[in-house]
Amino acid sequence: MRRLTLRNVVVAALLAALVLLPVYAGLAHDRFVLTLFTRIVILAMAAVSLNLILGFGGMMSFGHAAYLGIGGYAVGILAFEGVPSGLVQWPVALGASALFALVIGALSLRTRGVYFIMITLAFAQMAYYIVAGLARYGGDDGLTIQKRSQFFAPLDLGDKVQFYYLCLVLLFAALYLVWRLVNSRFGLVIQGARSNDMRMRAIGFPTYRYKLVCFVIAGTLCGLAGALLANHADFVSPAMMYWTRSGDLIVMVVLGGMGSVLGPVFGAVALLVLEEVLSGITEYWQIILGPLLLLVVLFARGGIDGLLGKVRHD
Amino acid sequence: MIERNPAAPLLQIEGLAKRFGGVVATDDVTLGIAAGELHAVIGPNGAGKTTLIAQLAGQLPPDAGRIRFAGEDISALPMHRRSHLGLARSFQITSLFLDLSVLDNVALAVQARAGHSFHFWRNARLEAELRQPARAALARVGLSARENLPASALSHGEHRLLELAMALAGQPRMLLLDEPMAGLGPEESARMVGMLRDLKKELTILLVEHDMEAVFALADRITVLVYGRVIASGAPADIRANAQVRDAYLGEQEAGHA
Repeated sequence: MRRLTLRNVVVAALLAALVLLPVYAGLAHDRFVLTLFTRIVILAMAAVSLNLILGFGGMMSFGHAAYLGIGGYAVGILAFEGVPSGLVQWPVALGASALFALVIGALSLRTRGVYFIMITLAFAQMAYYIVAGLARYGGDDGLTIQKRSQFFAPLDLGDKVQFYYLCLVLLFAALYLVWRLVNSRFGLVIQGARSNDMRMRAIGFPTYRYKLVCFVIAGTLCGLAGALLANHADFVSPAMMYWTRSGDLIVMVVLGGMGSVLGPVFGAVALLVLEEVLSGITEYWQIILGPLLLLVVLFARGGIDGLLGKVRHD
Repeated sequence: MIERNPAAPLLQIEGLAKRFGGVVATDDVTLGIAAGELHAVIGPNGAGKTTLIAQLAGQLPPDAGRIRFAGEDISALPMHRRSHLGLARSFQITSLFLDLSVLDNVALAVQARAGHSFHFWRNARLEAELRQPARAALARVGLSARENLPASALSHGEHRLLELAMALAGQPRMLLLDEPMAGLGPEESARMVGMLRDLKKELTILLVEHDMEAVFALADRITVLVYGRVIASGAPADIRANAQVRDAYLGEQEAGHA
């Protein structure tokens, strides 16, 4: 049953705006807004994947941007080496992200609290320095992608409108996936482990392997966002996976509402639009953004979604 | 080969020991609990009662000794495996999923015994297979009306009942109850005693409890721990008459009440 609550109105308006955005951009001849929102949609997808482990699983990963880089470099490197097909590039991007998540998850999930934060950060920074050291692929300067991932006709990623809609469809698919996951048996185990890991083990759940699978799903999903981001920018560089980018993703999740399926989308739109608007007003825009974030963290624990009067998802 | 003697106790503890630095928490504890028995463990604060339960549940590895459950050596099994064998535990300090609903709390306990949980798609909150046994366990402890509230919204007494419902929902063979009466008012305590009296008809129970009235009302046998050591073990009447126990514990408590 859908009731006319503030939240439902805002959600419907946001989704409609995202779907109709290219129409507006076309009518207003505003190419910039389309580029901005393509980027927002892609980073929203990365934030949605982070929310799966951070919001639902309580795993405070500070290295999530690493998957953006891995997914992006998979596309960039294969394009550079003469493999332009997206049907190869994207599975490689997903596979490499999944593998990376499996390895660092297997090690870092044995730790808790601050140690978990530090070890995920350390692994992501390691990946950053490894990529920055790849002289053949531009090292620190990054790598230009001459041609976007090739798919079968009529899908053409070079077409900005088509590419936007592809990203949007994938974001919606990711949201649907997360929504199914968190309400499944698997999802309840993950949320139980966030709430009280020891009790979960006492009633008979080997929580480690569930958390690890969750960690790998989230990493893989973020790897897909990385492949999109590389196509969007026609460029990959180590900066994609720098730790401050991981911090941005955390801010999006917290700002939007941890543990709410749609929260990270609110967070990504709010953060990136604010950043855009504020940086147009003053170059010291972070002085305004910082206190705003503080207010949300201090007074709106449920983030934007909480402010909208969200009922818990059941 | 595992010896299966029908007369053997369901839970057999042999020479169990645990020390934390210089502190001896359990010291060479040997104890057998027969199937169907309600066995109470009492002792002054710091006697090692909670440590004993933690070792039985698999939360703390023992330094020495063996634990056999239903003829199987479980000394080295991790917590979740012991739970699968039918050894359920309630916590002295309420340990729940406070941000999940009351029904979700119990349904998770059911789910734990329903095979692996790598089911990613179907909505678990709509699965009768999980929800029905959970609702039955809630009905049993009288919390049916509260099932949709977050567990954090319940009172302390209701938390203890929810703990019990979760332990029951897994359909265990044996319950390890760590002070289920702790912090309950007289009325709630009486309700809990009535419930445990019902449960002991179906289950083997190890009860750690400070409420002596409840212990003597419920227990078939009582073991007294002092400084991690068993100083007496026997029928309630024998324990009451035991001079050493009176000195170490009961007398002291009565003096405290006077």
